[in-house]
Amino acid sequence: MGRHVLRRLLQMIPVFVGATLLIFLMVNVMGDPVAGLCGERACDPATAAQLRREFGLDQPVWRQYLTYMGKVFTGDFGTAFNGQPVTELMATAFPVTVRLTVVAVLFEVVVGVTLGVVTGLRRGRPVDTAVLLATLVVISVPTFVTGLLLQLLLGIKWQWIRPSVHAGGFDELIVPGLVLASVSLAYVTRLTRTSLVENRRSDHVRTAVAKGLPRRRIVTRHLLRNSLIPVVTFIGTDIGALMGGAIVTERIFNIHGVGYQLYQGILRQNSQTVVGFVTVLVLVFLVANLLVDLLYAVLDPRIRHA
Amino acid sequence: MLLEVRDLRVEFQTRDGVARAVDGVGYAVDAGETLAVLGESGSGKSVTAQAVMGILDTPPGRITGGRVLFQGRDLLTLKESERRRIRGAAMAMIFQDALSALNPVLTVGDQLGEMFVVHRGMSRRDARARAVELMERVRIPAAAQRVRDYPHQFSGGMRQRIMIAMALALRPALVIADEPTTALDVTVQAQVMDLLAELRREYRMGLILITHDLGVVADVADRIAVMYAGRIVESAPVHDLYRAPAHPYTRGLLDSVPRLDRRGRELNAIKGLPPNPLRVPPGCSFHPRCPMAQDVCRTDEPPLYEVPGGRGSACHFWRECLRG
Amino acid sequence: MPEQPYEPEGAIAGTGMGGAMDLGASEAVTLEGTPGGPPGRGPAARPRSLWSDAWRDLRRNPVFLLSALVICFLALISLWPSLIAPGSPLSCDLARSQDGPAPGAPFGYDGQGCNVYTRTVHGARTSVTVGLCATLGVALLGSVLGGLAGYFGGIWDALLSRLTDIFFAIPVVLGGLVLLSMVTSTTVWPVVGFMVLLGWPQISRIARGSVITVKQNDYVQAARALGASDTRILLRHIAPNAVAPVIVVATIALGTYIALEATLSYLGVGLRPPSVSWGIDISAASPFIRNAPHALLWPSGALAVTVLAFIMLGDAVRDALDPKLR
Repeated sequence: MGRHVLRRLLQMIPVFVGATLLIFLMVNVMGDPVAGLCGERACDPATAAQLRREFGLDQPVWRQYLTYMGKVFTGDFGTAFNGQPVTELMATAFPVTVRLTVVAVLFEVVVGVTLGVVTGLRRGRPVDTAVLLATLVVISVPTFVTGLLLQLLLGIKWQWIRPSVHAGGFDELIVPGLVLASVSLAYVTRLTRTSLVENRRSDHVRTAVAKGLPRRRIVTRHLLRNSLIPVVTFIGTDIGALMGGAIVTERIFNIHGVGYQLYQGILRQNSQTVVGFVTVLVLVFLVANLLVDLLYAVLDPRIRHA
Repeated sequence: MLLEVRDLRVEFQTRDGVARAVDGVGYAVDAGETLAVLGESGSGKSVTAQAVMGILDTPPGRITGGRVLFQGRDLLTLKESERRRIRGAAMAMIFQDALSALNPVLTVGDQLGEMFVVHRGMSRRDARARAVELMERVRIPAAAQRVRDYPHQFSGGMRQRIMIAMALALRPALVIADEPTTALDVTVQAQVMDLLAELRREYRMGLILITHDLGVVADVADRIAVMYAGRIVESAPVHDLYRAPAHPYTRGLLDSVPRLDRRGRELNAIKGLPPNPLRVPPGCSFHPRCPMAQDVCRTDEPPLYEVPGGRGSACHFWRECLRG
Repeated sequence: MPEQPYEPEGAIAGTGMGGAMDLGASEAVTLEGTPGGPPGRGPAARPRSLWSDAWRDLRRNPVFLLSALVICFLALISLWPSLIAPGSPLSCDLARSQDGPAPGAPFGYDGQGCNVYTRTVHGARTSVTVGLCATLGVALLGSVLGGLAGYFGGIWDALLSRLTDIFFAIPVVLGGLVLLSMVTSTTVWPVVGFMVLLGWPQISRIARGSVITVKQNDYVQAARALGASDTRILLRHIAPNAVAPVIVVATIALGTYIALEATLSYLGVGLRPPSVSWGIDISAASPFIRNAPHALLWPSGALAVTVLAFIMLGDAVRDALDPKLR
């Protein structure tokens, strides 16, 4: 188990370096990092050159990257377009997005798994067909359309919610969380169902029937437990993806979270904000994946003893 | 009679039509007796057993007729809750592939103990103790420690012993073993078969041994029922059948096994393939492959003729066949 | 460590959007029949090839027929939009801003006074072009890289696996924002290029896995034993048998690429005006959502139906190719 963790940790390093380097290159080489620094106007050549020297932009790219990463690991993410340290932006943005993600994950677990179990146990019945069709529709309608429609219906037509979020408390984040979760939720439903249906035909469930166990016990102990292992890992892996994907939801509901800050950073061409936030998101993604891996090993003894 | 199956019929709904997997099968097993059900894959031997056990997948499967009399009661008329109480307790099953038949995420102790918890209402603690006893009974070394292990941590032979322990946990009157040694190495096969035979004698159980392996049958079975295309084609005491088969299919099976006393002679494999269950030939279903087939075989379906010596053969020409 | 039985791949790369990409991957296509078992699932009446069997299934599947019909219709209006919507999508009249339905404009007018019907019909071409080009690019690049890595194994395989890991760690919409915000072109090519750049690892994983499975088959070993060259083995023996999962995933991916294009356009970094795109129209209509919801609903509906059609098509094809899930 210890060796397993260590190996996964080591495997994370190249992925982290690769992903951040990729983003760093995109922002710093393809874009113009000083473009946004002189306000709305273009910088005059002398100022631009001075800024370049100041930020070390005249250095080779790999050195710039190393310098940047060195700073990041001492907690210095640079300065945002409005002069605030990027870390301050993070301190206000991440809690909001984390809350949003928590709401989304709760939806996945409660609604997604429940629907999946219900349909998986009633395969081929009308409930199953209806839910399956609904998941296809949810998957097909892009998140931003779902968001805009819910905003139109719940926020404007029926006025159940305020169309845009102010403080970012849990109560305000219920509908945005649902929107963020929607596609994944449909996947969790389908995955749970598929997993259940496959396991239902498995030999060990047949053995459980042959042992004369009551149906209830067969379902909870021999069917659900085995079937939910991939679902748990899917949801775990999805956490990182949800945080990265919050950008659209946050835009629709005007939530000042990670997505909002990133969007501002990109609009204002502030490379330090963009690279900083993406670096943290990649880290979150990798750590979530690592945890999922460990969770998987805990849930499935075949992995644990491998 | 402990178990008597009469005229059992099972159909499967497939995309291409209805397949008659079991077409009027009957056999009987007495307490302490071993019946071997022999047949190629697809002959309906496992489906019959699943129907008897009550674990047939329905749908696609459907029992369309017959009776399964177990200890005097017709199981097919019982409610599911009553059948459930019989399964595992009075009638148990051993599956072919213990690795997939055991739950991979539960310890073997949990899975063995579950029998006592569910059927006998024991506490988990007592059930665990009984699980250790069972594992010792099937001679698993260091049972007290290994009871906490998972199925994948055991060797194939040990896993099949656990499977056997689970089936015999509540001392059932009847055990159905579906190809119990097919997935094992040859050396381990004999050990597992011996263990099964020993326990059967000790507990005086009826045993239905489903197999396609003639070699396994000879040593342990009392009677043999040979199945072909969903029907019993021959039924006889084991030694009579080996000495003089009364059905050309049985003869073909025997001739296709290499034997030391017939070295140098050519093996006679049965020509052709078993019929598609969707298109079973009219008349005797074996006639397209039968070396003795006559015109009558193409039109008239043979009943299971009574053959002297408590035997049965579904061949119009069983007399000729017996004479060799 | 053993492979997890389920790899939510697209979802790793994904956002709400990219998550849609793993539909095919998650319920992976397996092409073996069910060996043995009761005759109900046993060998079929006569030997049939996987493809003809699948086709027979598809022709009877209403979901497949419906989505195929929708896709044919889309193809038609992409090629000749003027057939049902004469007039230019760019001729707008501010005086008609947010007007309701009128003769020749059954869907009404948007905030700029453009004919919503005309724009919605003409928007199909962009979506289909982007989806088709991106899918072709991703499928080609992904299956070549993944297939070669799976076949030859070794160091290249290891390198490719790490490389795909890197791409999966970057959320799709985020990458699109960063990369495309620097582009000023109004053609579809930057968007297509971006999708190929970030999409190939998904297909490459599928292709790799598929090739590795097929590679172990006896007929491949036999071909090798008979002295066939690698090229011949790959093209004649492996490719035809490994291609099914790639086709399924690519079909579904086509739908998600269309959705992704709209999402990026909605965020302002995908296609830009004067291109005609559903994403642009939805984005332009969202400030007027109170007074002119029709300008938002029609392109949204068109987008949803299009994506749905491709995803359902892929789903139906997968079911037909995978006897196990029946």
